[in-house]
Amino acid sequence: MLGSLGPRFTKRATMVVALALTATALATPPAAAEPVTTFTLENGLDVVVIEDHRAPVVVQMIWYQVGAADEPRGHSGIAHFLEHLMFKGTEKVGPNEFSAILEAQGGDDNAFTSWDYTAYFQHIAADRLEMVMELEADRMRNLRLTEDDVLTEREVILEERAQRTDSDPGSLLSEQMRAAQFMNHPYGIPVIGWRHEVEALSREDALSYYKRFYAPNNATLVIAGDVTPDQVKALAEKYYGPLEPSEGIVPRERPQEPPQLAERRITLADERVSEPYLFRTYLAPERDPGNQKEAAALTILAHLLGGDGQTSVLARALQFDRQVAVYSSAFYDGTGIDDATFGLVVVPAPDVMLETIEADMDAVIADFLKTGPDPAALERIRMQVRAADIYDRDDIFALANRYGEGLTVGLSIEDIEGWDEALASVTEADVMAVAEKVFDRRNAVTGWLVQPGTEEEVVE
Amino acid sequence: MIRAFFCLLALALPARAELAIQEVTSPGGITAWLVEDHNIPFTALEIQFRGGTSLDAPGKRGAVNLMTALIEEGAGDMDSLGFAEARDALAAEFHFESYNDSVGVSARFLTENRDAAVDLLREALVNPRFDQDAVDRVREQVLSILRSNEKDPGAIASEAFDALAFGDHPYGSTGDGTFEAVAALTRDDMIAAHAATLAHDRVYVAASGDITAAELGVLLDRLLGDLPATGAPLPGDAEWLLTGGTTVIDFPTPQSTVLFGQIGLSRDDPDFFPAFVLNEALGGGRFTARLMTEIREKRGLTYGIGTYLANMDHADMLMGQFSASNDKVAEAITVLKAEWAKAATEGISEAELAATKTYLTGSYPLRFNGNGPISSILVGMQMDDMPIDYAVTRNAKIEAVTLDDIRRVAARLFQPDGLHFVVVGQPEGLK
Repeated sequence: MLGSLGPRFTKRATMVVALALTATALATPPAAAEPVTTFTLENGLDVVVIEDHRAPVVVQMIWYQVGAADEPRGHSGIAHFLEHLMFKGTEKVGPNEFSAILEAQGGDDNAFTSWDYTAYFQHIAADRLEMVMELEADRMRNLRLTEDDVLTEREVILEERAQRTDSDPGSLLSEQMRAAQFMNHPYGIPVIGWRHEVEALSREDALSYYKRFYAPNNATLVIAGDVTPDQVKALAEKYYGPLEPSEGIVPRERPQEPPQLAERRITLADERVSEPYLFRTYLAPERDPGNQKEAAALTILAHLLGGDGQTSVLARALQFDRQVAVYSSAFYDGTGIDDATFGLVVVPAPDVMLETIEADMDAVIADFLKTGPDPAALERIRMQVRAADIYDRDDIFALANRYGEGLTVGLSIEDIEGWDEALASVTEADVMAVAEKVFDRRNAVTGWLVQPGTEEEVVE
Repeated sequence: MIRAFFCLLALALPARAELAIQEVTSPGGITAWLVEDHNIPFTALEIQFRGGTSLDAPGKRGAVNLMTALIEEGAGDMDSLGFAEARDALAAEFHFESYNDSVGVSARFLTENRDAAVDLLREALVNPRFDQDAVDRVREQVLSILRSNEKDPGAIASEAFDALAFGDHPYGSTGDGTFEAVAALTRDDMIAAHAATLAHDRVYVAASGDITAAELGVLLDRLLGDLPATGAPLPGDAEWLLTGGTTVIDFPTPQSTVLFGQIGLSRDDPDFFPAFVLNEALGGGRFTARLMTEIREKRGLTYGIGTYLANMDHADMLMGQFSASNDKVAEAITVLKAEWAKAATEGISEAELAATKTYLTGSYPLRFNGNGPISSILVGMQMDDMPIDYAVTRNAKIEAVTLDDIRRVAARLFQPDGLHFVVVGQPEGLK
């Protein structure tokens, strides 16, 4: 089996967790589960410690509760721009020395930005944890930026945009579709920013955003690996404890979507397109604190419809029963603050028109709404969910990521821990209920990626 | 009673812990390297068969690639769907991939399902069906990828570079195959490609996780025992045909993709470690490596640039790549050439050598982060003909590199006049 377009179903793991008010009140977890401890510093910094003593390594992640959906209008890309600028030095650490210090110690570091968060991480030998905590705490409040740094880095970001978005017609289609999907919510802007707005971002934009949002009361610190909660608490208090909170932190209440009354349709024609394809997204509910039942059912729905290249409903119908497609997939990621999307992608066989494959795909969905899921398929997915719980414990980076992302979008530790249980308890009726709800074309954006001058471009 | 003997070794990870690598020989004589770790109830298994797409028969380019994609598309009494359902019901994960020099199998399975998962994987490796409908369906997927590659600047650059560098040797063309050859491949070609590539005389195995040496011994015989003893002969060494220069391939896109390279240096060369350190200092993908500093950090000409010593079974190269906007790519290449020449004559400074060594030695143990990565690294070591204590001695070899070594090797390694650039895009000021 081949083919790797589009996001994949992400399996999440549950862990039995020792919840504790303070680091010292760690309960004993059942054997073979990673103990997780949480506490909050006086200045508001939330700290999560995930113990894994298999190897003497550690991951530090700091998650800021600010992302592209929190940017001032007209300044798209500033969250991501600042992420790059965070490596430019502080009063104590010279320009670009952050990575040099870390690399000289054999560590790796990087950062990433999404609509709901900006996160920074280091992966290093456990006995060097203190050093990376000191460095990360230092740049939370003491960043120094020169005009030169800002201008050069802006060029780097324009190159990044050229490489990741402008060079890839599929990325451009996704960007256009997202802008159409979110008519009012800032999820419609690209994380990297619109080119014309990135070109105008300034040092002042970056600094005012930094001063307001980069503060202990707007961040979650995750330390995973060969550490103890006591050790992390002492270091966190020493280095992050003295940092001043920001007074500019308010609940993240973004403009919400109005009722969406009409499907939007987009055809992007680009001479660099080799394989025309169909991409459909629907607005879908996200995981809510204390209520992730619908999101769990949507996750299972995506897996049933297009999670596996051989056994999924779309693959069977379009690639096995008939050979009208060469690839199909369905995906959903509900971990976010506001509305999510549910996506379907189909790459038709060479002699099949997009119009035809779209009708075929919709017929498969309609049929699924009538007949429902195969109970055996649901049972296989439950086994895979349980296995993912075990496999995922092999990767401390993935564990740190799960907690950091979940907490940063407002989920509780209980929500994060309860996710696999939520997935495992999804019934056929739950799947059908969310399927009925989500497959509403009024909430949908349908995208066609085509070659210029072809019949399909004309049809649309 | 299982005859398994152990050769216990300890990899010194930073600070204190140790990673014990055992050599296991099955009752049937198949060897594997193993790291036992019973913390999490699953096993990661990595298998590589040397040869890969370079074993395609004449006129059958793409056969090994298509065959590899078909391994999980029906086996024994199961058709494609039957096999996939059985695999998913066990929550076993199998990944099959073909490379220039090998066909790889990565698997992980829960301890509770180990026997059933191994039986299933055995059916795929030993009794694949290659049903005609599966051959036709997956062939269409390969053809779809070939069409995508025609419009993908990275793939265009890579195919052009390989053709210029290696001509008619299998390395000179993509293992994905040509449209003509793939379209004509038959079920018999799949059977022949399977027999040519999956055999005892070329298999390398490693496991990590919740399995004992005795259990692994049984597993090896069950899984691989019925494969044939020998496969097709390996190809000869590839002659390096490229000279210095620039090849521009017109492609309508705002940013140029650049692939560059020159002849490299063998893994067995006594100067390999100094060369490895030099490459890391100049072109490591890290922010502080020279090319990243000069081309990204100081000038903002690219999002990222990296170089690497590409040691294949039949050729050794020093390669690199980056992307830059069409109006900046000429400047980026000029800076790169100057850095190449500077490195050839001056090498690197004492401070750079020290920082590069601490990075390489400090980051090495971080690679062993989980059962999957460990089994994959252990197979790589075996294929590179490393001794089982390599993981323990590797950092000392890095530490031993002196500034004199660096100066001597820099002049030999970096060949400013031998560096060839393939540029895909519409670069300004280049032709």
